[in-house]
Amino acid sequence: MIPEACQKPRDLLRFLTAGSVDDGKSTLIGRLLHDSGGIYEDELAALSRKSSAHGRSFDPSLLTDGLKAEREQGITIDVAYRYFSTARREFIIADSPGHDQYTRNMVTGASTAQAAVLLIDVRHGILPQTRRHAYIASLLGIQVVIVAVNKMDLVGFDADIFHRLRKDYLEFSASLRVRELHFIPVCALEGDNVTAKSPRIPWYEGMPLLQVLEMVEVADDRISKHFRLPVQTVIRGESGFRGYAGQVASGRIGTGDEVVVLPSRLPARISQITNYRLQMEEAHAPMSVAITLREQMDIGRGDMLCDPEHSPVSTRQFRAKLIWMSELPMRSNQPYLIRHTTQTACMSILKVLHKVDIHTFAEVEAGSLVLNEIGEVEIQTHKPIFCDSYSSNRTTGSFIVVDPIHNTTLAAGIIMEPSVEDPNSDPSSLALPNRGPEDRGLTVWITGLSGAGKTTICEAVHTELLARGHRVEMLDGDVIRKHLSRELGFSKVERDENIRRIGFVANLLTRNGVVALVSAISPYRAVRDEIRQEISGFLEVFVNAPLNVCERRDPKGLYKRARSGEFRGFTGIDDPYEPPLSPDVECKTDSETVKESVDKVVAAILKVLS
Amino acid sequence: MMSPRHFSELDELESESIYILREVAAQFSRPALLYSIGKDSSVLLRLAQKAFYPAKIPFRLLHIDTTYKFREMIEFRDRVCRELGLDLIVHTNREALAEGANPFRLGTTKCCALLKTKALLDALREHEIDAAIGGARRDEEKSRAKERVFSFRDGFGQWDPKNQRPELWNLYNGRIDKGESVRVFPLSNWTELDVWEYIRREEIPVVPLYFAAERRVLVSGEKLIIPEHESPIQKDDVPALMKIRMRSLGCTYCSGAIRSAADSISGIIEELKVARRSERENRLIDHDEDGSMELKKREGYF
Repeated sequence: MIPEACQKPRDLLRFLTAGSVDDGKSTLIGRLLHDSGGIYEDELAALSRKSSAHGRSFDPSLLTDGLKAEREQGITIDVAYRYFSTARREFIIADSPGHDQYTRNMVTGASTAQAAVLLIDVRHGILPQTRRHAYIASLLGIQVVIVAVNKMDLVGFDADIFHRLRKDYLEFSASLRVRELHFIPVCALEGDNVTAKSPRIPWYEGMPLLQVLEMVEVADDRISKHFRLPVQTVIRGESGFRGYAGQVASGRIGTGDEVVVLPSRLPARISQITNYRLQMEEAHAPMSVAITLREQMDIGRGDMLCDPEHSPVSTRQFRAKLIWMSELPMRSNQPYLIRHTTQTACMSILKVLHKVDIHTFAEVEAGSLVLNEIGEVEIQTHKPIFCDSYSSNRTTGSFIVVDPIHNTTLAAGIIMEPSVEDPNSDPSSLALPNRGPEDRGLTVWITGLSGAGKTTICEAVHTELLARGHRVEMLDGDVIRKHLSRELGFSKVERDENIRRIGFVANLLTRNGVVALVSAISPYRAVRDEIRQEISGFLEVFVNAPLNVCERRDPKGLYKRARSGEFRGFTGIDDPYEPPLSPDVECKTDSETVKESVDKVVAAILKVLS
Repeated sequence: MMSPRHFSELDELESESIYILREVAAQFSRPALLYSIGKDSSVLLRLAQKAFYPAKIPFRLLHIDTTYKFREMIEFRDRVCRELGLDLIVHTNREALAEGANPFRLGTTKCCALLKTKALLDALREHEIDAAIGGARRDEEKSRAKERVFSFRDGFGQWDPKNQRPELWNLYNGRIDKGESVRVFPLSNWTELDVWEYIRREEIPVVPLYFAAERRVLVSGEKLIIPEHESPIQKDDVPALMKIRMRSLGCTYCSGAIRSAADSISGIIEELKVARRSERENRLIDHDEDGSMELKKREGYF
C-alpha cells in the first residue's frame, strides 16, 4: 500500500465547452477523450458500431451526446459531464449545448467551471451565440478562455482566415473581463492541435489544446478571501454538543478565533472544528466542517459565521445581473423566492435598470426580461441577506430566483454592488402590490415551550405566505416584550396582559386582510381561548416538543439560567404550560423535520384562506 | 489533534458530497438513502456518517431486494446495518416474484422493470419518500453524465431529461409539490478510481466479492457468471474454477465477473489505472439496446 504522503496531490480543472450549435463541441470532447486514452475499449467498439449507423467512420460526438433525442437530432440538449486525467491534471468537462434554446443548460455548466473552451466554426465566424457564451463566461467570472477555431481543414488550414477571426474576436470582446485568452486553430474531427501539434498547421506556433488545459493557472483564491461560513444545519450530540455544520465558503478559521454571527451581529469564539472523528485546528475553503462556539447562541440554517473585521454587507436591497431562464417572463413587483447561500427569502424585483444587447453588449432600456435575456435589476428581499459582490466572492455573491408556485428555477443572479445597509430593516415589509379588500385575514397563533421551534416555523411560514402574495405580519413574543409590553414582568397577571395586547394587535391586522403570525409561548389556556373568541379567523398551532428536548436544545441558554435559579417563573421549569386541548395543527418537532411542520401549517392556512 | 494535510482532490470531492447530503437533510421532509450494498453505497454511507457526526444519520436506508442478489451481499448488508444501528427498509416486489418474474423468462429489460423500477417506485410511494439519495456517478454511463445533482421526478417518478431544472453553482433547488420527488446524487463528480482511493484512505468495508479469489464460474460466451441462483445456462455447463472478481455488483445472473488477480484494494486501484474496459461492461441491463439506461431512468430506475 502506498502511503498517503507519497502520492502526488492531483490538481483538478473544471472546464466548459461552449460555442454555437454545430461548431463541434461534442466532437472536440470526444476527440480529446479518445486521443488522451480516456475511452474504454468496449465504449469504443460500441461507438464505431453507432458511427457507421450514422454513416460515418468515426464520430466522437456520439460519446458525449448521452440522450437518445440528442443522437437522433445531432445536437446537444443538456450538459454532459465527462472525466479524464493526464499525468498532470484531472479534468471535469462540462460539454454544454450551443443551441440558444438551451442556453440555461450552458449556464448550468458555466457556473461551476474555471475555464472555458469556446469553439468557433472557422467558416461561419462569430455568431450571436458565440457572443452570448463569451459574455456569460465573463459574467460568471471564468478567468481563462480558450478560443478553438474549428474545422480548419475546411478552409485549407488558411492562416489569414484564422488571424482575421482572431482580430474579430478581440474586437467584439474588448469590454469583457478575462484574465487569460488563447486562440488555437484546430480540426476536432481529425484531431489536429487537440492533443498533439498538427503538422498540417505549421504556421501555428502555440501549444495544442490539451497542453494549454494542462498549463493554465487556476489557483483557488477562495482561501485568501475573508472568512464566511453559511450554516446549513445544526448538529446536536451528547453532552450539549452543538455543531454548526456547513462548507467554508471562503477564507480560513482556527480554534480560538473570533467570528461575528449574522444576522445577530454577536461576537463569538471558535471552540472546536471537526470533520467526523477528526478534530482540526484550522479549516479553510472549501472544507465541510462542524464548528462549535464557546458562547451559547441561537444560530440556525441561513445564519452566517464571518470574519469580524470584514463581514459581508447585510442588506435587503441590492443590484444584480439576472440571466432569465424561464419561459415565463420576468415580472416586477411579483413575489419570488431567492436562494442565497443557505438562506431562502421572499423577494421582488423593484425595477429593471437595463438589459444587455447580446450583439453589441450595449445596455438598452427594458421593462422586463424573457428567456435567455440578461439584464440588471434592483432587488428587494423581505429579510436581510449577507452578501458580497460576485466579483469579490462567488459564493456570497450568487443566488437563484425560484418560482414559489411552479417551484422551478427562474433565473441565475449575480450581485453587483450590494447597497449600503439599511439600518431600519423591518423584516416583514416588502414592496408588493396590495391585493385589495377581498384579501382575507387570519390570526395564526403559534404556542409552545421555549425552544420548541416556534420562531423557526413562524419565519419559514412567513416566507412561504409572502411568496404566495399574501400580506403577512409577524408578532414575535420576544420582540413584543421589547416594545409593546416593555414594562411587563412575568407574573400570571402580567403574562395575560401581554397576551391580550398581542391579541388586540393581531385582531386589528386580521380585520384588515393581513395574516398575523403570532409566535409566543402563551402558556395559559384560558387567555388563549379568550383571544380565540374575539378574533374571527383564528388558527391555533401547537408546537409540541417534550420539555427535556427543549431543555437540551436550549437555544438561548434560558433553561440553564432558570435551573440555576437566576430567574423564577420560567415556563416548564417552575411555571406551568397548559397545552391546547384541540389545536388546529400540531407540530411534533422532536420527530418531524422542519419542512414537514412548515408544510402542515402552510397547508392549514391556505385551506382557511381559499 | 491532526496536523493539517494537503487538501487533495479527494478531500474536495468529500467536502462537496457532505455539503449535498446536508442540503438534503435541510430541504426535505422524508429523505431516504438508496442502499444497494455496492462500493458506491458504502462510500455514500460513510459520507452520511461524516456529514452528521456525532448525530445519527437522519435518513432511513432503503434496499430494493430482487431476491437475485448474491448471498454475500445480503450478509454484508445485514452486518453493516446491525453494526451501525441503521434504520433499514427492505422492499421486494412479491407479486411479480409470485407470478414467476425472472430474467430468463422475461428478459432482463422486463425483469428489471418489475423487480427494480416498479419495486423502487412502490417503496418510495409507500414510505412517502420525497428525496431518494443514490450512489450513481456521472462517469458510469453516458445518460447518467447528463443528470443533475438534484434531479427532479414528477408525480409518477419519471425523469424528463430534455427539461431539467437549471442547476447553478451549489444552490440546489429542492422545492417540490406533494407527490413529486427528487433523486439526489452526492457522488456525481466521483470516478470509479476516486471511489476506490477513498475506500482505501478511509478503510471502508466492502463486499468481499470485489476481491479476486478462486471461484466457480459459468462461462457463457464472453460472460463469466457466478452460479448462485438456478438458471437455464447452468444445466449444460460445468462450472470452471477461475481467479475472478466483481467490478460492479448487481443481480447474480445479470452481473458478470472479470478475470483478475486483484485481491486487495491497492491491487484493484492498480488494475483500474491500466484498465482498458469500462466498469459496467458486464452489466447486461445497460446493453439491451441503444439508450436502454436512459429509457430505464426515464421510467424511474436509478
